[in-house]
Amino acid sequence: MPTDKRPVMTPVQNTAPLAQAVIAIMRRDLKASLRQRQDLFNPLVFFVMVVSLFPLGVSPEVSFLRQSGTGILWVAALLSTLLSLDHLFRHDYDDGTLEQLLLAPQPLFLLVLAKATAHWLVTGVPLVLLAPVLGVMVHLDGNSIGVLCLTLLVGTPVLSLVGSIGAALTVGLRSGGVLLSLLIIPLYIPVLIFGTGTVTAAEAGAPVSGYLAIMGALLALALTLAPFASAAALRISLSNS
Amino acid sequence: MSEPLLQAVNLSCERDDRLLFRNLDISIVPGTLTRVEGPNGSGKTTLLRILAGLHDACQGDILWNGQLRDRQRESFTRNLLYIGHRAGVKAQLTPLENLRALMAGRRLLSRDLLAAALDNAGLAGYHDAPCHSLSAGQQRRVSLARLLVSDEPLWILDEAFTALDREGVAGLERLLLQRVSQGGAVIATTHHPLAADGMRRIQLGKVNDHAD
Repeated sequence: MPTDKRPVMTPVQNTAPLAQAVIAIMRRDLKASLRQRQDLFNPLVFFVMVVSLFPLGVSPEVSFLRQSGTGILWVAALLSTLLSLDHLFRHDYDDGTLEQLLLAPQPLFLLVLAKATAHWLVTGVPLVLLAPVLGVMVHLDGNSIGVLCLTLLVGTPVLSLVGSIGAALTVGLRSGGVLLSLLIIPLYIPVLIFGTGTVTAAEAGAPVSGYLAIMGALLALALTLAPFASAAALRISLSNS
Repeated sequence: MSEPLLQAVNLSCERDDRLLFRNLDISIVPGTLTRVEGPNGSGKTTLLRILAGLHDACQGDILWNGQLRDRQRESFTRNLLYIGHRAGVKAQLTPLENLRALMAGRRLLSRDLLAAALDNAGLAGYHDAPCHSLSAGQQRRVSLARLLVSDEPLWILDEAFTALDREGVAGLERLLLQRVSQGGAVIATTHHPLAADGMRRIQLGKVNDHAD
């Protein structure tokens, strides 16, 4: 249409509310995970299998299981989280939704936080819910099982958040799995030490509030720093792809 | 002539020790269609990714509304619609869910509006089918349905015509021309013959000949 003055689209100023964007990402991730059942159950089955193989492979003695049960459960939870980490950004990277995430008008670290939260909801929370059953299997007493669940409840979000840094760094690599484990395991060690330490203290009848406070501090640290690190790592990973 | 929306000044990019382009100056004005041309491997996708802000391993400045783009990221990303090689469509979700998730950070859209966009994109009857059951062309249409509800003045489209049938190609062509006539700016790479009044071209792939 020939006109004297060509029309010009003016830039848009208003952006959708932040909460809406964050909720949309969580909803999308949760829906996608719930429909991809295999990815969802794989870490859980791994968790249950590792814990149930110890009585068979090492010793079914009550004394052995009671002594090492906490450690077994925590190590299994840690490894099964690690197993699921590669999926955190990998599918999004492959189908292009990660690019769109980086080009969203909202701050990337908040969107990454939403993704890590969704990851925790589908991997961490089921582990916490399964832990009491497995705790009974390794002959932990009621009080210890309670404390164990509490440590997992505080500890598994740290695993998801810290893991998101490694997942973001390795997402651009074709086979980042091994590198991801090497990068992340050292960062998981404090969580493991304080997680099992808390339960051991509870078994010995000592107060656990100090241990739990340290775990809470780890969670606070991960919540405030990990999303920034992951967001920066994602920009680097996508910039090199 | 109106003010340029997006400008690249003295852009150079090297990848894997190969110079893709050097001292490239680009100015994208509202109401123009810019086509990036060049043979495979000449850096078309890299250039689009640099302009969109996904790739920053380069020298040169990129200006948005006359100011450095990276200082006003929120304003820039809100006004840019980028569709890359990868469609940005999740296979487990339905077209409606995908479209809603992609638009959620930008503006509020009713379900009816989204459904109408999918209908217009040729996906009537597929709104609630999981995307993994759709063909490649249909998945591409899910991604392109975003263009129909877009209020962003700048579109960057990387090989948007891929996998579309003849009717889809014609529809997309019409959409791009309509957008340009409304004062939007479109930057596209395509091997498909695309022509518009006042179309600008950016030719890539010439630097290599000199560098080799």
